[in-house]
Amino acid sequence: MSKTMTGARMVVQALIDQGVEVVFGYPGGAVLPIYDELFQQNQIKHVLVRHEQAAVHAAEGYARSTGKPGVALVTSGPGATNAVTGLTDALMDSIPIIVLTGQVPTFMIGSDAFQEADTVGITRPCTKHNWLVKDTEKLAATLHEAFHIALSGRPGPVLIDIPKDVQFATGTYTEARQVETHYNPQVKGDLAMITELAKAMETAKRPIFYTGGGVINSGPAASQLLRELVAATGFPITSTLMGLGAYPASGDNWLGMLGMHGLYEANMAMHDCDLMINIGARFDDRITGRIDAFSPRSKKAHIDIDASSINKVVHADFPILGDVAHVLEDLLNVWKARGRKTNTEGLAKWWGQIKEWRAVDCLKFTQQGKVIKPQYALQRLEALTKKHDRYICTEVGQHQMWAAQYLGFEDPNRWMTSGGLGTMGYGFPASIGVQMAHPDALVINVAGEASWLMNMQELGTAMQYRLPVKQFILNNERLGMVRQWQELLHGERYSSSWSESLPDFVKLAEAFGAKGILCSDPDTLDDAIMEMLTHKGPVLFDCLVEKHENCFPMIPSGKPHNEMLLGDASTKDAIQAGGAVLV
Amino acid sequence: MSPLKIKKGSTGHSAYDLRPSYSDTVERHTLAVLVENEPGVLARVIGLFAGRGYNIESLTVAEVDHQGHRSRITIVTTGTPQIIIQIKAQLGRIIDVHKVNDLTVEGPSVERELGLFKVAGKGEQRVEALRLADIFRANVVDSTLESFVFEITGTPEKIDAFADLMRPLGLQEVARTGVAALSRGAV
Ligand SMILES: Cc1ncc(C[n+]2csc(CCOP(=O)(O)OP(=O)(O)O)c2C)c(N)n1
Ligand SMILES: [Mg+2]
Repeated sequence: MSKTMTGARMVVQALIDQGVEVVFGYPGGAVLPIYDELFQQNQIKHVLVRHEQAAVHAAEGYARSTGKPGVALVTSGPGATNAVTGLTDALMDSIPIIVLTGQVPTFMIGSDAFQEADTVGITRPCTKHNWLVKDTEKLAATLHEAFHIALSGRPGPVLIDIPKDVQFATGTYTEARQVETHYNPQVKGDLAMITELAKAMETAKRPIFYTGGGVINSGPAASQLLRELVAATGFPITSTLMGLGAYPASGDNWLGMLGMHGLYEANMAMHDCDLMINIGARFDDRITGRIDAFSPRSKKAHIDIDASSINKVVHADFPILGDVAHVLEDLLNVWKARGRKTNTEGLAKWWGQIKEWRAVDCLKFTQQGKVIKPQYALQRLEALTKKHDRYICTEVGQHQMWAAQYLGFEDPNRWMTSGGLGTMGYGFPASIGVQMAHPDALVINVAGEASWLMNMQELGTAMQYRLPVKQFILNNERLGMVRQWQELLHGERYSSSWSESLPDFVKLAEAFGAKGILCSDPDTLDDAIMEMLTHKGPVLFDCLVEKHENCFPMIPSGKPHNEMLLGDASTKDAIQAGGAVLV
Repeated sequence: MSPLKIKKGSTGHSAYDLRPSYSDTVERHTLAVLVENEPGVLARVIGLFAGRGYNIESLTVAEVDHQGHRSRITIVTTGTPQIIIQIKAQLGRIIDVHKVNDLTVEGPSVERELGLFKVAGKGEQRVEALRLADIFRANVVDSTLESFVFEITGTPEKIDAFADLMRPLGLQEVARTGVAALSRGAV
């Protein structure tokens, strides 16, 4: 009972069979047959973005907020090259997306044809895998395999390049279940090593869970098991930027985010712990600071689905290769079966120490005068949106770090930020992808004015599809993070780090038919935020904030965790708390 | 108000200068990589080495199982123990890679390379070249009145040694295949 159809039809059929509901894309000559097929069906929605980079970020936002793969469709040549940033972003953050690119017909490949680019060549280093499909007979199987590869093991972006003649030609449609693949990464961890870790957990005096994006990627069960494990052991837990929400910010054992702009208590605990249990994080340089001074007295466990992450940067005493949910389930079972033991005396002392660090109150700031502090804006945003079914995206810069510090995430998949690549321009299109997946939810993009301008054209998309995304711009009229580094590391020489000739954001919003709100007064901030929340459509919120605020705490690059800078926030208190390590 | 104790203008604190000095004993390893014979698979492997800054001393590739659609890539690489482990893990991540074997650590193995040497000369030189070729069990695969092409197989070291001897005797051109290697004994 084989089905014969055109390649273009196969693409749409495979997407339907894979449960795809929405495709983000932009048409062009080399994908016209696929667009023609999309036109003639109504199972899959197509969102016409305004730039291919945005299509890929939107697909990422969709994927991060649902756990399902995101799909983008773009044309050959410039369409494909515009997708490269999004692909790299998804590769760095392990986000499962499928990007379909059109290609010139097979008989013209290599001739420098109009809009020809070596797409598989260009995207080889920025995809988990990619294919140029030259035969319609192989197209459906390749599409199904692409979904499998994007989602299994360490997730990531895949790309399928489809020449136009392959889209026109007819072939036999292969069902997903007929596809054989040799790619089946190991998900179960080694029980002997898991048992060794459980034993170490029983005696550790100063243990800490250090969790990352891998917990989110592993699925909701992983977050559930993590919560259970934390509650059962009573160990403190910190997380990378990518892992926020796996453990609730309101949880008792939560130390806050760690890393370069992480919380004092989280970084100090990482530095002083005797057992570090890394779950789905990768010892990124933003986390470790100076490697040879990184948590010098601890034994380290590392649970990761990717063998190349283990022992890459930091030596693992308990390396466990496997999927987080599978490993945590086994770890919990083994630890329970062995009698649910912990070093209660050690733990009590450890928490006592942590409380001292917490007392430093490293995120403290004072809102005074007539200028809104960015931290205050986020604190108010948090207070006024906490009760909502809320999804937060960010751009990249100081605002991103403040959002991570001042907003609380109670659940996984609620926080979409560009971690590994640090892509300015990510947040707005990502918020569009999130809103497509969750039409009734409150979706906010916490943005910097400079980042937001990088994909501002997507206001058109938001309007066209009536996506009520809230763009909350912390406008410091600066490339704030760059300015901060220049202040601290380059002798206050502010080379090209101010945002000049900024648009009037309210008028800009209105030019697209959206709502613009300007707020510069702390006293009217709450009302203005409420106005944003109650407005039914997209809102561009221009929040004018203190221009020279620095983001603290900060571990300067190349410094160990215990040489963290608290800036003007709490230096005095820190010294009172006995933190002689502080500047 | 700068709270930093770092010298102003200093760039010595770059975020990317974080690697500790790993044990710097550089080792030479021969890796056998069994791959799906797909277009682009060699580019993936080479791109990995180039992109991550790993060394390639020698690389050979050929289909070894036509029916099974498999090629075998033999790579001789050098690096510290940590880097070698990374290289293997990174190779293992490539979807088209079925298997990575480190022949250097997985027990005894044999390594062979084939070299072709064009040596031109007259009189005594020519006789000497032929005599040495005989000692090295190299074959003459082409000869004119002024030149020979020798074919020699052996370990890379043997071929290096032969090259050293031929150089003063009129060595003109060398072609080498790179290393092919197999583990000793039954699988
Ligand atoms: C595409 C891209 N280009 C450059 C950078 C380097 N960069 C990091 S943060 C930053 C400034 C961002 O300014 P803004 O969006 O206004 O955020 P702020 O730091 O002011 O909150 C720049 C230029 C980047 N991360 N991404
Ligand atoms: Mg800014």
